[in-house]
Amino acid sequence: MGRALAVIIWILTLGSVSLFFVKQWWFPTAITSHAAALDRQFLITIIVVGISFTAAQVGLGYMVWKYRERPANDRAVYTHGSNRLEVIWTIVTAIIFIGLAVMGQSVWASLHFNKAPAGSFQVEVVAQQFQWNFHYAGKDGVFGRTDPSLIDDSALNFIGLDETDPNAKDDETHSVIAIPVGRPVELILRSKDVIHNFWVPQLRFKQDLVPGMAIRVHFTANQTGKYELACAELCGQLHFKMKSYMLVLPEAEHQALMSLPQEQFQSRMTELLAKYPLPTY
Amino acid sequence: MSVETHEAVHRHEPPTSFIRKYIFSLDHKVIGIQYILLALVAVIVGMAMSVLMRMNLSWPGTNWPILATLFPGGAPGGVINPEFYLSLVTMHGTIMVFFVLTTAPQGGFGNYFLPIQIGAEDMAFPVLNMLSFWVTLVGFIVILSAIFFSGSASTIGPIGGWTGYAPLSALGQIAGPGQGMGMNLWIISIAIFCVGSLLGALNFITTLLNMRTRGMSLMRMPLTCWAWFTTAVLALLSFPVLLGGGILLLLDRLAGTSFFIPGGLYVSGILSGTNPSFPVHTGGSPILWQHLFWFFGHPEVYIAILPGMGATSHILSTFARKPVFGYRAMVFAIFAIGLLGFFVWGHHMFISGMSPYSAMTFSILTLSIGVPSAVKTFNWLGTLWGARIRFTTPMLFAIGFVSLFVAGGITGLVLGQTSLDLPMHDTYFVLAHFHLVMGVASIFGMFAATYFWFPKMFGRMMSESLGKIHFWITFVGVYCIFVPMHVMGLVGMPRRYAQFTEYTFLTRLHPLVVFVSVVAIITVLTQFLFYFNLIWSIFKGKKAGANPWDATTLEWTTASPPPHDNFAGVLPVVYRGPYEFAVPGAPNDFVMQTEPETETERVGGNGHNGHRH
Amino acid sequence: MATTVTGTKPLTKTGFGGGSKSRGPNGNGSPKRNGHRDAFFDSRSAVNRYRIGMWVAMASILMLFTALSSAYIVRAASANDWQPLRMPRVLLLSTALIIFSSVTLEFARRKLKSGEQSAHKRLLVLTALLGLGFLGSQLFAWRGLARQGIYISSNPHSSFFYLLTATHGMHLLGGLAGLGFLMSRSRLSTDDELAAAKRQAQTDAVSLYWHFMDFLWIYLFLLLFLWRQQ
Repeated sequence: MGRALAVIIWILTLGSVSLFFVKQWWFPTAITSHAAALDRQFLITIIVVGISFTAAQVGLGYMVWKYRERPANDRAVYTHGSNRLEVIWTIVTAIIFIGLAVMGQSVWASLHFNKAPAGSFQVEVVAQQFQWNFHYAGKDGVFGRTDPSLIDDSALNFIGLDETDPNAKDDETHSVIAIPVGRPVELILRSKDVIHNFWVPQLRFKQDLVPGMAIRVHFTANQTGKYELACAELCGQLHFKMKSYMLVLPEAEHQALMSLPQEQFQSRMTELLAKYPLPTY
Repeated sequence: MSVETHEAVHRHEPPTSFIRKYIFSLDHKVIGIQYILLALVAVIVGMAMSVLMRMNLSWPGTNWPILATLFPGGAPGGVINPEFYLSLVTMHGTIMVFFVLTTAPQGGFGNYFLPIQIGAEDMAFPVLNMLSFWVTLVGFIVILSAIFFSGSASTIGPIGGWTGYAPLSALGQIAGPGQGMGMNLWIISIAIFCVGSLLGALNFITTLLNMRTRGMSLMRMPLTCWAWFTTAVLALLSFPVLLGGGILLLLDRLAGTSFFIPGGLYVSGILSGTNPSFPVHTGGSPILWQHLFWFFGHPEVYIAILPGMGATSHILSTFARKPVFGYRAMVFAIFAIGLLGFFVWGHHMFISGMSPYSAMTFSILTLSIGVPSAVKTFNWLGTLWGARIRFTTPMLFAIGFVSLFVAGGITGLVLGQTSLDLPMHDTYFVLAHFHLVMGVASIFGMFAATYFWFPKMFGRMMSESLGKIHFWITFVGVYCIFVPMHVMGLVGMPRRYAQFTEYTFLTRLHPLVVFVSVVAIITVLTQFLFYFNLIWSIFKGKKAGANPWDATTLEWTTASPPPHDNFAGVLPVVYRGPYEFAVPGAPNDFVMQTEPETETERVGGNGHNGHRH
Repeated sequence: MATTVTGTKPLTKTGFGGGSKSRGPNGNGSPKRNGHRDAFFDSRSAVNRYRIGMWVAMASILMLFTALSSAYIVRAASANDWQPLRMPRVLLLSTALIIFSSVTLEFARRKLKSGEQSAHKRLLVLTALLGLGFLGSQLFAWRGLARQGIYISSNPHSSFFYLLTATHGMHLLGGLAGLGFLMSRSRLSTDDELAAAKRQAQTDAVSLYWHFMDFLWIYLFLLLFLWRQQ
């Protein structure tokens, strides 16, 4: 029985670890420097985790293999433990675990502690149940005033943009986010109703969109293309369908898109969506 | 002897009527069994829900005619609709966390064995104990009613998940189907459950502090008692916070207050304040709910698993025929886990928009919890080192607990880091992590406890062969279910999605999704072996003596099942630590706690004191 | 399986347990006593459960109010819709009543200790009346606010005012039930030393709770009307 258990534990360990070696089932390719740094931290962590996991399971298997019950009158070792061992393994694990936590902070800091650089491209993200709305400032780079009481679904004014505000004249809204490659992007995240979450796997970060708050995050994409955008915070019935795309465009193409008037903007966006394929996984 | 005659006078007579004896019983043993029965019923409901969820995820859009009959609202035409799926998610989580993982380990086994293991006749406040069970049962009935009185024909209950994040949970029916009356009942059920748990915790703490028998010093208590005690302290201090949060949430929903609902919301085409179904709100903080919820929610994880840890230590030592390695370190580790558990709730909120500086503190404290957890694992391995292991069913499950605790706990090193949580948050990686460690490991602890203590509770052994089949399939099954979920999370699969068909990046995971579902269904079906074994063994099991496992602690000094007052009027006296196995020179390889010390022991000072290293 | 049922063996002279310093079962008994089932000894320590239980219960209630008051502080700071209420004057009367009731209950407790049964009972009744007076005064404060059109949903401060006073009031009802329990016990004779010890412990527990409610009210009063009161 002991041997069978040991073997099963070892097989399960091997199987578990080997799942993490399947390339196809790994992170999708990162498209920001932040994401690349995070991938490195993840790799270090998962190696530590894998080694600790394997060591513990192999050790457990070894114990049950080796210390099966023997014929009568052969008793177990009589010991109540060892203070020295307790101290050693407490200190060693404390160093490894807390060390990992400290190492992970620098990636966190790069996302959250620096303000978006001047000249960042700003997009206001307004989420609502089962739909993304992206508010672009247009040519003047200034967002028009918005007010929830001006929301008019029938007029497709989902974000309550005040059309009388001069700054709103050139503003565009769309359900797809288009950003330039190689230029810092700052998102201003808002929600109209419940909590949503902005999740593009290639960006390696999530951020809640909390009603009543405007949360800012910034990143710089280094790879053009079309990426899927999902909601990652349970927001209701059709949460699983709250899907959109993130287009990362060459600077010139993006500039041209942003200076188009509203009607052409919409059709150009449709063209661009068709032009860029999804990454192959 | 005068002492003996004195005892006879004080012997407690059991009640004779059926109702006083089995229904409104004041006997902690009956109440313990009532709690276990509640958990056994609740877990079937929870498992059935998980099977439905897996069916929906793996074979989306399939027509299951039987579901159309059973749930005409949730699966019209036999196809599970998204709101039904989400209400299954919510109910599965709530029922499993509250009515299984909190009731069975603590209310069930704790109630039954804590008084016996410390040598008490009953709990300190038997009436309170009875009330705590009945209050909990009412909570369970209310949560089930949330399924049926959801106030909408198309769903079976609230859809906000067991975390009930505001404002989705606070807005009422306009936020989605099931968020009306169903959500109210959900909150009320949780509030009732909180009260029941608080009564229980109060009783556990007082009993342990006040009713230990002569010689049962704190450091001679079995580790199970330490675990139940710490769990009770956690429950005592964390449930009131959930209760407070629940009251605020209910007021937001019913009294029009704005604790969690900010101003200017526009939900389902209605602007706040422009329609009677959506009164005006201003200035509430959705994140406040998360703080209150997780201040409870994180200790709750330890409420679920600490009793399993205690049972595992206890059972490992018994069948390793060897004292627990590092008893003192184990006690400190339990305490450290319990204490740190109160200061890490923020790690559930790295993506919530709270201060990034506090996130860093939470992260470091979180990984610090890994240290006492690792210490426990090392000590379990230390207990097995040099052992003479008897591979009984409870021992297999206890070893399985160690394996699963490591497998589930170690990914906390990933999730506890601020940066690495960002891609992993709310994906299947998290799902895998907490199911393994809080769900499956805890349940393995309870399986081990059931197989171990069943002979004491019913005077008969459970079938070992059925038990072993149950172990092998379940052990392999849970690994095959939950380990693949880690890689799903790595790819980015979000949890609480009714279907994965919408996203291209998820399609390559489909084979894994189906594999997990198939294994899950097999594993769930295997659990009926356990139920069969339980029922069969109550009537047909091999008769068990007072101490069938050659164990050392006080519950094995009394009859199986124990008499009404546990020790037939004579409270035991304790002379030594709880895990005196393989004592050199002793006639047996186990020395019970009640064995008076011999002359040689006192002179030699060897091993008479279980906690001395 | 030689050793199954034990514990009936007489104790040896060497004391209990293995430790050099033997302690009583609960760490509070006299190690000198030898017969385990010494009824008096057991019950003396057993009645402590009422005091311990009350401390534990108070820890839990304290956590509830900690949660609510941290919500109060967070909410007060989180948005600019905070409109402080003017303190209803009648709350000063409430405060005076509950402080006075604590004093009378403390006297009642001492009277029981010194064996003055009827004085004890009279003071209990007086305490309960003061408690009812406190609740009445709180209701009066509510009515005053309602007359001004300030209800629970009017603004965050009024929400918390109603919530905190109601939660405190419900806990105080529990205290009144405790007083009622003590009054029902005050008819029993106290010839039995154990019964007397038990009753004293129960009285101690109820008065602990009552004083706790008193301090809790003063804390809530200060929180509601001193914290962020522009």
